[in-house]
Amino acid sequence: MEFALISLLNGASYGMLLFMLSSGLTLIFGMMGVLNFAHASFYMLGAYFAFQVSSSLGWWPALLMVPLLVGLLGAGVERFGLRRVHRFGHVAELLFTFGLAFMIEEIVHLAWGRNAVDYAVPAELDGTLFTLFNTAFPVYRGLMIVVSAGMMATLYLLLTRTRIGLIIQAALTHPEMAESLGHNVPRVFMLTFGMGCAMAGLAGVIGGNAFVTEPSMAAAMGSIVFVVVVVGGLGSMGGALAASLLIGVLQTFAVGIEWRPLAALGPGAADSVLQQLATLKLSQMAPILPYLLMVAMLIVRPRGLMGQRED
Amino acid sequence: MNKQTVRAALAAITLAGVAGATGAQTIKLAYIEVLSGPLGAVGELGSKNLQFVIDELNARGGVLGGRKFEMLPFDSKGSPQEALAALKSATDQGIPFIVQGNSSAVAGALVDAINKHNERNPAKRVMFLNFAAIDPDLTDEKCSFWHFRFDSHVDMKMHGITNAIKADPKVKKVFLINQDYAFGHQVTRAAKEMLAAKRPDVQVVGEDLHPLGRVKDFAPYVAKIRAAGADTIITANWGQDLTLLVRAAKDSKLDVDWYTYYAGAYGSAAAIGDAGIGRVKNIVEWNPNVVNPKMDAFYVAYKAKWPAPADEFFYYRMKVMMGMLGTALEQAKDTDAQKVASALEGMTWQGDVGEVTMRKNDHQLLQPLYIPTFAKVGSGGVRVSLEGSGYGFGNALVVPAAETALPSSCKMQRPTAP
Repeated sequence: MEFALISLLNGASYGMLLFMLSSGLTLIFGMMGVLNFAHASFYMLGAYFAFQVSSSLGWWPALLMVPLLVGLLGAGVERFGLRRVHRFGHVAELLFTFGLAFMIEEIVHLAWGRNAVDYAVPAELDGTLFTLFNTAFPVYRGLMIVVSAGMMATLYLLLTRTRIGLIIQAALTHPEMAESLGHNVPRVFMLTFGMGCAMAGLAGVIGGNAFVTEPSMAAAMGSIVFVVVVVGGLGSMGGALAASLLIGVLQTFAVGIEWRPLAALGPGAADSVLQQLATLKLSQMAPILPYLLMVAMLIVRPRGLMGQRED
Repeated sequence: MNKQTVRAALAAITLAGVAGATGAQTIKLAYIEVLSGPLGAVGELGSKNLQFVIDELNARGGVLGGRKFEMLPFDSKGSPQEALAALKSATDQGIPFIVQGNSSAVAGALVDAINKHNERNPAKRVMFLNFAAIDPDLTDEKCSFWHFRFDSHVDMKMHGITNAIKADPKVKKVFLINQDYAFGHQVTRAAKEMLAAKRPDVQVVGEDLHPLGRVKDFAPYVAKIRAAGADTIITANWGQDLTLLVRAAKDSKLDVDWYTYYAGAYGSAAAIGDAGIGRVKNIVEWNPNVVNPKMDAFYVAYKAKWPAPADEFFYYRMKVMMGMLGTALEQAKDTDAQKVASALEGMTWQGDVGEVTMRKNDHQLLQPLYIPTFAKVGSGGVRVSLEGSGYGFGNALVVPAAETALPSSCKMQRPTAP
């Protein structure tokens, strides 16, 4: 019982962090059709910027400033890079963001070195929120859930209740019509891209000190975020939320399960590789489960949990 | 350009060549380590430690009539493939000594490659000085004449740890959490075997192997350990895998004792905090709280050069390794790998902390080990703040060198005389 509840909470807080990242990615894809390979790199930049800002101004200013900073950077990338590449089609865009991811990683190497930086949780948040049976639930994990839920609510209201949100939605489905009605669609694109990057930056501020801030964090997070977006359905915000929580909880619970799924291979297997596989526990396989889920999803339901497109 | 300037230039080049030749008299060591990525901090710290030891030896006049040591770093990125590429470029440059430690998977690949290289290139043979890869296989089944291990291997350390557990009646339910590769597997096996032999009443309530350097969130593992009802954790995690595990345990207020291999490094002390006082142990060959005038002075000099809290002097064994290598070079009067290796095997050497022996039949160093306990500075035998945390490890149980001498299944293949 205690294990199940705590695992659920741990899974939810990790899942909400995934959602902060994947919502930006899926927003950008839904809007512009751009699969942004550099998305997790903006997450990494968020963490490094937060480390830098919090070491001089404190953590709370970083929480506000860094997403803005990363958002501006993202808008700049769209305005001066992506927009030019756009006319050469989607493949060129894909290659552009792919190159951008490598470039950001190298810049991080040059600026902050190849090792982890000491970006720590602020002292006032380094405590216990509540105790469930005997397990303490840290304040910071609670904050992770609160911040991402707040971001989700803001985003929802922005997209459905404001004029700019309506224009974004219009530009998403009918770009030509929106343009002929006098809306500046390229600027809407820039805004959306910047917003998506700002959300990744916010995730970086929160996730960087909850876990580790180091140059391979973008690569580690990037692949999992793609899984979330594919499983949830490309371009679907609700799907991204469902998939983030599903994967967060799945990975957390899998760690606790001792079942050996390939045990049937074991007895009588002459091959030592098969014997090796048979001894694998589900907990050891936890890191590959999301990818397994993605492959299964693509086979069974290619448009994802809540995706719109059938192609 | 007139003839005179040409002549002058030629003379300068010739002189530079001669100077270069004397400069080339340095004895080169290739330091093949993980210097980037999640575990990069570990290799980085090792390079600072080794460089300091080398500088000290060089300041005392070097070896073989004034020749100086020179360390050349190569980034293995923690992967065997990258390490083999680094080995290739080191051997191409004619570097005779390979130094590596972190990751037994990398060490295993290097041993194989060095065996082959030495067989094929008798004129350019190299020696492998291993300072931290402690998979017992490297001095058992896979033992090589060219490989020397300067750290006590998994079973030797587990022998010490289980002896401590034998004397600790509080330990009833043990959880084993380790990294999923050769080393972590060996630790798990050794712990189960030795606990069964020395404390059959102790129950192993769970064992986990997690991916090396890739887990960012240990909270699920901590929840599992709690659910298993463990009162003691045995872990040989290193680098970020240890720090994050300890931090997750502290965040959820996990109430256990810890027997670790490496809690004395990698920023773990700050992550353990008050909760670990009297409850966390590690096993080391030395730490700054071991009272020893020679090492005290050495440590002060090291901290004067590297004052940053994270730059601890962790690898006393590097001092032993370089000292023994220097002695072997003097005895061999040459840098030829076979002569140096022959001089090194079986050598007994007086270290600052105690006498050590490079066992001849498997090239495993026998050294005294210490099992200290976590405490605040100024109590529990802790004189020095570890990594600026305000804590340290003191009041160690001592395991004499002779007691760590476990049998080896090595059948050493020695090359014929050149």
